[in-house]
Amino acid sequence: MPAIPFSAEVSGGPELATLELHGDVNAAADDALGAAWEAATALGAGVVLLDFSDAAYINSTGIALIVQLLADAGRSGREVRACGLSPHYTEIFQITRLSDYMRIFDDATSATTAAAATPAGGER
Amino acid sequence: MTFVDSIKRSVGRRPRTDTAEPSSDVAPPLAGSARAVAAAPAVTAPAVEIAPTDPLFAYLQAASGVVDAERLELDSPALTELRAAHIRAIVPLVAQGELIGALYLGPRLSDQEYSADDRKLLKTLAAQAAPAIRVAQLVREQAVEIEARERLEQEMRVATLIQQQFLPRELPQLPDWQVAAYYGPARAVGGDFYDFIPLPDGRIGIVVGDVTDKGVPAALIMARTQSVLRGEAPRLLSPAKVLERANEILLPEMPARMFVTCLYMVLEPATGRVEFANAGHNLPYVRTADGVIELRATGMPLGLLAGMDYPEHEAILAPGESVLLYSDGLVEAHGPAGDMFGFPKLRDLMDTERPGSELLDHLLDELHGFVGEGWDQEDDITLVALQRTGGYGLAELTPTVSVDGAIATAADTPAGQVLLQVTLPGEQGNERQAMDLVAEAVAGVGLEPAKLDRLKTAVSEAAMNAIEYGSQSDPSIPIDVEVVVSGGDLIVRISDRGLGGPLGDSEEPDLEKKLAGEQKPRGWGLFLIKHMVDAMEIETHGTGQTLALIVHLEGAGDASHPVQR
Repeated sequence: MPAIPFSAEVSGGPELATLELHGDVNAAADDALGAAWEAATALGAGVVLLDFSDAAYINSTGIALIVQLLADAGRSGREVRACGLSPHYTEIFQITRLSDYMRIFDDATSATTAAAATPAGGER
Repeated sequence: MTFVDSIKRSVGRRPRTDTAEPSSDVAPPLAGSARAVAAAPAVTAPAVEIAPTDPLFAYLQAASGVVDAERLELDSPALTELRAAHIRAIVPLVAQGELIGALYLGPRLSDQEYSADDRKLLKTLAAQAAPAIRVAQLVREQAVEIEARERLEQEMRVATLIQQQFLPRELPQLPDWQVAAYYGPARAVGGDFYDFIPLPDGRIGIVVGDVTDKGVPAALIMARTQSVLRGEAPRLLSPAKVLERANEILLPEMPARMFVTCLYMVLEPATGRVEFANAGHNLPYVRTADGVIELRATGMPLGLLAGMDYPEHEAILAPGESVLLYSDGLVEAHGPAGDMFGFPKLRDLMDTERPGSELLDHLLDELHGFVGEGWDQEDDITLVALQRTGGYGLAELTPTVSVDGAIATAADTPAGQVLLQVTLPGEQGNERQAMDLVAEAVAGVGLEPAKLDRLKTAVSEAAMNAIEYGSQSDPSIPIDVEVVVSGGDLIVRISDRGLGGPLGDSEEPDLEKKLAGEQKPRGWGLFLIKHMVDAMEIETHGTGQTLALIVHLEGAGDASHPVQR
């Protein structure tokens, strides 16, 4: 499968903003993901949902980008949630312990309707 | 026109020297004119040259007997000069209708006119002397020619010795390889060349080239080309870049209507991997278990056009396989009937199990049988053969995937079944290509989906490591991917060129530290790999490092979780 360029769409409001991630989450996603994160935080959202439903490939550099988002979220008191991860990437989020710092949901609906959790610590 | 350049006379008396300027009784020869010398014993005589355009020349050539210089009415510079030197009589020396010289006679000692008897005697003397002088002239000319030829031959012998200095004095001694070379110039020196160039990374560069034309001009270009290649190959390493640079250097120096075809191949002896690029030369033949194939590569000859690119290709030579590099002197040799030896015949002859030197002997025997006795070799012939006689590798070479000029292969070997061997440019993003190629290669192995996903991530991370560190993200520094099934294991080896130093010393990633800014966000690669496969091994070798990713196939259908926590 050829590489798919990354893009992100931001939607939502002050309570919850959703970042729909498309394509490959790798080094090339840095700028676009950063811009999307800034757009989401500009909305003043207390919860940011990363929707990986259309993200076909995540590598270790992509993991590092997510770590950066989590660190920023921790500093700003935001909660980060994830949804749409395949079983494989769910496993990777567990191995890396990202799942300790962000709640993982099957889909966007369950993620957006879940109650807010303690920021930057998630539900351990 | 030939000359009398040393005739002494005993007829007549010494001409007066008050008006003439005789300087010698032996006149040096001058091309394109007739010359005669008149001289008495111990006296000098004028050396008057008669140009072929001078009317006197034609007159003497047609004259019969002694010509009276004073009575002759011709508008002739030579005649004026002779009269000024007090020459009274001219006796033309004609052999086979050609004026080869003349006797100049001054006044008689008695100051009387030359008598009829004198003239008869002189005519007889000239008639007898002319053929003898002609013979002497021919002998002398031949001696001069022989001397010139011997000098030229000596120079050519020296040129041959000098050119031999440009060719490798000895063949490289490579474990598990038989190397043989033949160089047969059509003349004393030739425009073909071959070379073995040791490279700093342990590989060896192999060159076969052919300069247009033959002889000394071609030999000079050959020497220059070889010098450029020897200078650039160890520095640039990449065959494509070496040829590109050689073209840039040679283009402004190349004489009109001359150019150089050249195939440059870099061999990694331990693996049999060859990288090659071609500047308009014949395609090498490789004898495999399945027959003879060509290593295809194209490119413009060196020295023709500026800014040429030379696509680089790669192949693997497995144990038992041979590669032949050759110039066109062999395939373009003509038989007695005018038919050409040709590529098909060479290809057929390659399809036999013969070590390098035996292969060359076989080819040359066939060539001599084809061209027959008394063959006048038309062009230089150069042959370089390498046979891989041992070591680990492919038993057969079957191209299955082509990736940016690389050839991926699948084969059975004593060490297992090789599902993939591919080389990729060390360019960011190609880790994904490596991942997809491996996934495709293992499709028939029967890995359950979760295990395949883990392997894909491990391959992607290992390839990214190799690209970012081993190749420093330089596309010209490739990475290698090999997939082997062996002993119940699926083994994926990702090899780099080792520019980034040793692997495995990085700090274990700690998410808390990363979130606290005490560790960089990155650094997950090896950590992920270790958790994605059953075992990971790091091998350091002469040219870099290899990450071996091992998946136990016994549990391929087992849903048990392989991740080590």
